[in-house]
Amino acid sequence: MINKLDKELNYHHNALSLRVARQELLSSNVANADTPNFKAKDVDFANILNERLSSTPSLKKVNINTTSAMHINSAASGTFGDNILYRVPLQPSVDGNTVDMDMERTRFADNAIKYDASITFINNEFRNLTSAMLER
Amino acid sequence: MSLFNVFGIASSAMSAQSQRLNVVASNLSNADSVTSSTGEPYRGRQVVFSTLQADANGASGVKVAGIVHDPSPMRQVFEPKHPLADKNGYVTMPNVNVVDEMVNMMSASRSYQNSVDMMNTTKSLLQKTLTIGQ
Repeated sequence: MINKLDKELNYHHNALSLRVARQELLSSNVANADTPNFKAKDVDFANILNERLSSTPSLKKVNINTTSAMHINSAASGTFGDNILYRVPLQPSVDGNTVDMDMERTRFADNAIKYDASITFINNEFRNLTSAMLER
Repeated sequence: MSLFNVFGIASSAMSAQSQRLNVVASNLSNADSVTSSTGEPYRGRQVVFSTLQADANGASGVKVAGIVHDPSPMRQVFEPKHPLADKNGYVTMPNVNVVDEMVNMMSASRSYQNSVDMMNTTKSLLQKTLTIGQ
């Protein structure tokens, strides 16, 4: 029973931590709206969440063996690893900056609401569990 | 908890934008300063933004890499009675374009507002996170 609970919460746990990391990425896009040559970044959220939840490791996870401490480790670090993508600008600007403020703000708000939703789901999950345990 | 990193990113953007606003204020107030402690007329200044080193999640803040002097030519005004006029009667005035500076100011203040908004959103998300399981 307990590992079933864990499985239920695992989904939201993964979704939340990805949402947090994406929120950070989007905030960095907004912060760098005036920085020359800054390229806006984002991730394919559904793809990464699926990859995290699936037990079979993807082909991307194969790493190169290192035989010396001087070698660069091929394993990507961070929440997203090597899944960070660059946004394709609709209206490129002269200074090389690809931040589209309308788009970034919309994504930021969208991500925030979905983070909120995930928390609501988790709370409901707990509420259901408590009412099942109280058996009233 | 990387939601706190959003605060760091937003505050780096706010301090960079306020520095830009500071430079705009300096340019605007010295738009007519014909001379200075060095004897030269005031030269416009501009901030240069650059990206900070990205963290593990690929997100990065902003910093002011430096303040550069505007290389555009100085404004020449014909005013023969001015004590600083040259032999042809021209006074060298600062190369500050007031319209450019006003636009710069609006852009900086909007970017600053965006960062404040970002902080407020993140704050409410964090507060919501603390209510999990209650």
